[in-house]
Amino acid sequence: MLDLKMPVWGTWLMALGFIAFIALLVLYIRRHKGMSRSLFASPYTLWMIIFTVLPIILIAYYAFTDANGKFTFDNFVTFWDSNHTMNKQLIEMGFDPAEMGGGRGTVNLDTLVYSLWMAFLCTLICLLLGYPAAAIMADRQFKLGATLVVLFIIPMWMNFILRTIAWMTLLEDNGLINKLLIWLGFERVQLMYNSNAVQLGMVYNFLPFMVFPIYNALAKQDVKLFEASMDLGANRWLTFWKVTFPLSLPGVVSGITMVFMPAVTTFFIPRMLGGGNTEMFGDLIERTFLTANNWNLGSALSLIMMVLILLSLGLLRKVDPDGEGGSML
Amino acid sequence: MMKVLKRSYLALILAFLYLPIVVLVIQSFNAGSSRAVWEGFSLRWYGELFRNKNIMDALYVTVSIAILAAFFSTILGSLAAIGIHAMKKRPQAFMMTLTNLPMTMPDIVTGISLMLLFIFTKVQRGYWTMLLAHITFNTPYVILSVMPKLKQMNSHAYEAALDLGATPVYALFHVILPEIKPGIITGALMAFTLSLDDFTVSYFTTSPLVQNLSTLIYSEARRGIKPTMNALSALMFILLLVLLLIVNRRTKEPQA
Repeated sequence: MLDLKMPVWGTWLMALGFIAFIALLVLYIRRHKGMSRSLFASPYTLWMIIFTVLPIILIAYYAFTDANGKFTFDNFVTFWDSNHTMNKQLIEMGFDPAEMGGGRGTVNLDTLVYSLWMAFLCTLICLLLGYPAAAIMADRQFKLGATLVVLFIIPMWMNFILRTIAWMTLLEDNGLINKLLIWLGFERVQLMYNSNAVQLGMVYNFLPFMVFPIYNALAKQDVKLFEASMDLGANRWLTFWKVTFPLSLPGVVSGITMVFMPAVTTFFIPRMLGGGNTEMFGDLIERTFLTANNWNLGSALSLIMMVLILLSLGLLRKVDPDGEGGSML
Repeated sequence: MMKVLKRSYLALILAFLYLPIVVLVIQSFNAGSSRAVWEGFSLRWYGELFRNKNIMDALYVTVSIAILAAFFSTILGSLAAIGIHAMKKRPQAFMMTLTNLPMTMPDIVTGISLMLLFIFTKVQRGYWTMLLAHITFNTPYVILSVMPKLKQMNSHAYEAALDLGATPVYALFHVILPEIKPGIITGALMAFTLSLDDFTVSYFTTSPLVQNLSTLIYSEARRGIKPTMNALSALMFILLLVLLLIVNRRTKEPQA
C-alpha cells in the first residue's frame, strides 16, 4: 500500500536544487572577498516564497473566485445568506446546526459564533486556573518553581492528537472515571460527546500556553517593588492588586492571545471528544476542503480565520511589544 | 498552611496535565483487550505493534521524514541564519518577518495553504509533499536557534579571517561553523522532534495511502481506541518527552 514513488516534479526539483548548489559553489570559488554573506540566505528566501508566500496568495485567490476561476464575493456571501446553494450542500451532508444552539441563520455563522464562544470560555478558564499556578511558581521563596515550569512547557510541544487520545481513555463510557463512579456506587455518566467534554479537552490542551507567559512576567519582576510596597504599609492583597498584578498584565495579555488563537482554530477535538455532534471553525474548514471539495469556500473561511488571528496578534503587539510569550522554549 | 495549600494546588494542576498521560501508559501494559478490566501486566500490545504492517509503514514514514526534514531544514536554516545575520537592517527585518510568519500562523492554515499549492500545481499529495511541508515548517525554528549564537559571536572574526587570506568557504567552515555548532545541533534536534510530532500539517499534505504515526493514530481513534493504539501513543509520548527535555535543556544552558 505504501506509496513512496518519487513523482516527476521531484526529480525536477532535485535537479533545480543541484543546479542552484553548483551555482552557489561557483560563486564562492571565484573567491571574491567582497562577496556578501547575505547570499547564504538566498535558497531559504526562494523556499519561503514558494512554500509560504505563494500558498497564502493562493488562499486569497481561491477565496475571491468561483469554481471557474471568475472573480466573485459569493464565498463570503454564504455567511448571511442561508439559502445559498453551498450552505445547502453542508446541511445535506448531515450537519445539524441546532445541536450547537444554532438558528442564527447559516451553518457557517453558527459555527463561527460557537467557536468564538468556546474559545472565550476556554481562555477565561485557563486564566482563572493558570494565573494562581504561575504566581505560585514565580514566588522567589519557592525554589522548585523554575524546574516545575519546564513540566508546564513540555506538553505545549506535543501534538494535540496524542493529548486528546489520553483524555478519551479516561472519559469513555468504559473509561477510568466511569469505572471509579460505578465502584463508588454511582450511576454511569456519559462524559463524552457533548460540549463540556470538548471544553475540557481544549482547556487541557491550551492551559500551558497561559501559564508560561504569566510566569515569565511575574518571575522577572523586581522584588524591591514588592518590598517597598510592604514597607510603605500596604498589606499583601493591596500589594498584589496595586503592584504585582498591574506589572504582570503584559504576560496576561500574551497568555490570553496564546490561548485564544489556537482555541479559535481548534479542530478535531470536537470530533474526538464531542463525537461529531458539534463542530468548530477549524473542522468546518477541513470538511469544506476535504469532504465537500469546495476549495473556494474553504479558502474564504481560512481567510476569515487568518484575519481573526492577525487582529488578535496586532492587539498583542500593541499591549506587549517585548513579546512576553514570544520565546516559548 | 498557606504553603501546603499552594503546593497542593500546583500538584493538582500538574496532575490534571499529566494524569491522562500516565493512565494511557499504564493502560498500554494491560494484558486484556478490553480496557474495562485490568488483567495483569503484559507487553503483548507492544509486541503486536511490530506485527502490524500499517503501524510499521507509518513508523517508517514518520522516522524517515523526520530525519530527511531535519537534515534539509538544518542546512537551509543555518545558511539562512548566517546570511540574514550579515544583512543590512531593512532586509534583515523583512527576512525575520518572513521567518516569524509561518510560526504565528495556525497549523491548520499552514497545512491548508500548502495543500492548495499542491492542488494548484496538480501535484499528487503523498510522501514527498509531506517532506516538503515538514522542511517548510521546520526551517524557521532552526534559524531561531542558530541566530542567538551568531549574535554572541565576535562580528569581526569572519572579516579578520578574510583579511588573513582565507576564502569565504574556508572562513565559513573554520570560523563561523565551530562557533554556532551548538545552535545548529539544537535546531536539528528541534526540527527532528517537531517533525516526529506533527499531525495537522501532515494531515493536509499527504494522501490517505501514506500515513505517519500521528495521522494513523487519529484515523484509528475515530473508530474507537484499540489497545495497540494505546501502546503506540504511550511510546510516542515517552519518546517526545525525552526529546523535548533534551532540547529544553540545550536552549536553557547558555543563560544559566
